[in-house]
Amino acid sequence: MPRILGIFQELTLTFLRATFFRSIYAVILLLAVLVLNFSMMHAAPGDVADTIAQSMGGADAEIMAQIRNDYGLDKPFLVQLGTYIGKVFHLDLGYSFFYNQPVVDLILERLPATLILVIGAQILALVVGVVLGVISARNPNGITSHLVTGLALFGYAAPVFWTGILFLLAFSLHLGWFPTSGMQDVTVEGGGWAHFVDIAHHSVLPILTLCSIYLALYSRLCRTAMLEVLGSDYVRTAKAKGLSTRQVVYKHALKNAVSPVITLAGLQFSAVISGAVLVEAVYSWPGLGTLAFQSIIARDTPTILGILFFSALVVVIGNLLTDLALRLVDPRVGGKQ
Amino acid sequence: MSGNLQKTETAQDIIDAAQHPMSEAWGMFRRDHAAMLALFVLLLVLIAGVAGPFVYPGDPFEMVWAPFTPPGEDGYVFGTDYLGRDLLTMLIYGARVSIAIGLAAALITVVIGITVGALAGFYKGWVEELLMRLTEFFQVLPTLLFSMVIVALFGATLPMITLAIGIVSWPPVARITRAEFLRIRELEYVTAARSSGVSDWKIMSRVILPNALPPIIVQAALMVGSAILFEAGLSFLGLTDPNVVSWGQIIGSNRQYILDSSYTVTIPGIAIFVTVLAISLVGDGLNDALNPKLRKR
Repeated sequence: MPRILGIFQELTLTFLRATFFRSIYAVILLLAVLVLNFSMMHAAPGDVADTIAQSMGGADAEIMAQIRNDYGLDKPFLVQLGTYIGKVFHLDLGYSFFYNQPVVDLILERLPATLILVIGAQILALVVGVVLGVISARNPNGITSHLVTGLALFGYAAPVFWTGILFLLAFSLHLGWFPTSGMQDVTVEGGGWAHFVDIAHHSVLPILTLCSIYLALYSRLCRTAMLEVLGSDYVRTAKAKGLSTRQVVYKHALKNAVSPVITLAGLQFSAVISGAVLVEAVYSWPGLGTLAFQSIIARDTPTILGILFFSALVVVIGNLLTDLALRLVDPRVGGKQ
Repeated sequence: MSGNLQKTETAQDIIDAAQHPMSEAWGMFRRDHAAMLALFVLLLVLIAGVAGPFVYPGDPFEMVWAPFTPPGEDGYVFGTDYLGRDLLTMLIYGARVSIAIGLAAALITVVIGITVGALAGFYKGWVEELLMRLTEFFQVLPTLLFSMVIVALFGATLPMITLAIGIVSWPPVARITRAEFLRIRELEYVTAARSSGVSDWKIMSRVILPNALPPIIVQAALMVGSAILFEAGLSFLGLTDPNVVSWGQIIGSNRQYILDSSYTVTIPGIAIFVTVLAISLVGDGLNDALNPKLRKR
């Protein structure tokens, strides 16, 4: 018993150490992202003063100089950069003059809507993808197998916004099953439950659309991984022991086949907001993607910088979480470090 | 004596029978029906883009007939859009933009990716560490969002759009190149080249690179498809050169009118879908043809 505890302690220690170094590296990475984004915005023609002047309906040179002075835009580039990074470390992403709101509030306000889409689509894609992958691997020439191949090709080649519009045409305009846009119907009355049902109803098509990309990736990868695992020696041993196929597939093989799928799912974090931009644009979904798009069109610098930083943060946290998930599924991961 | 002669003859026969690796790969590829069909479709799209404007002249921005004319009516094969523009003309011009941007952006990713991956895999040590950190850094950036910002800030011109796509898409190419270089640099023929005093540059470009190319070619083919999708996404959002027509932009500008004319959205989408699908199938075919280990499958 103490020995097991010792091993456990050792594992936790290596894990903590690895997490510590990864976190430091993540912070450096985020700093680099901040510097790059800020420099890029700085290098572009026009600045915040122009945005403010535009929202005021124009301003003369004197007022422009005044605005630049007020917001420190006349200071040297490095000073501005330093001020910005210092602020970010205090969780202050600046103030949006386009929305008249602090950027942090703006992002937090839009985040839940995007989370509904992304988490919904990821869970659906993972569950359906793994199930399809396993079924098709057990019967490589069956209908499911062809379905997986077809899905993978479709998911790769079909532009996601087009898939979204096709869903719209079929399920809301022709069949009238789902609303065409937005996240909720303001006229819906009743308690929290009615509200929840309303949002769920609105989110079906956007989630399905976003899911179509992931599902293609996961089902194909799971099929490949499962085929490989099913051909390995330990599966043959398990079969030779007289275990039922069900036990071999779901207890022995699936655990190992699922690791690469988790890794891939983790990699999708970097594409989360990018995918959301297009899907949200199709369904007028009030999430981060729409916010990003609007702020880019409006040249709202603080918001653009904020969202770029936030999405880098999501990727970094996502990578840490993926690592954690892999360690839970596969104890061999991290043993090397 | 005669036995010896016999032997040399057989060796010569083998040499005669041996094909150039590329023609052998082509032989493999030719037997892959899906890939051949896909290649044929790609050629059609290419011909439509290059020769289309001469065969079917017209200005993609010009109003030629009543808006919302359904496909096939009044001599307009694909009908007209909400501004009465001929959809077929728009598709032809869109093919040019999609293919040009797809190829150019893929070229950028391949050039950056091979350079970074080759240096990292060849020199190892701190060079590799530094370049791979750089690659990771670019993977953290949100691809579409980042290129949207570049296009919006620095101008929506075709070269800028191409650059914006290329700059965010190269990390996979760099990773594959590095892995191949790491593997090949340990092989005997590289050691032989090294010991006979061949310069680093020549070893990289003449000895390792040709042997590392097959997976890179496959990846590059897929990159063309991704770049076409990427451009479609950007132009769907309106972040495109206003002076040219592209497939994504046709969908984006017509999507408000899908109740009146769903074909203005479905047809350009099919064009993108079929083109990217064909590229992906050709990529699969290349993968099988260029990878001798898979040939027995």
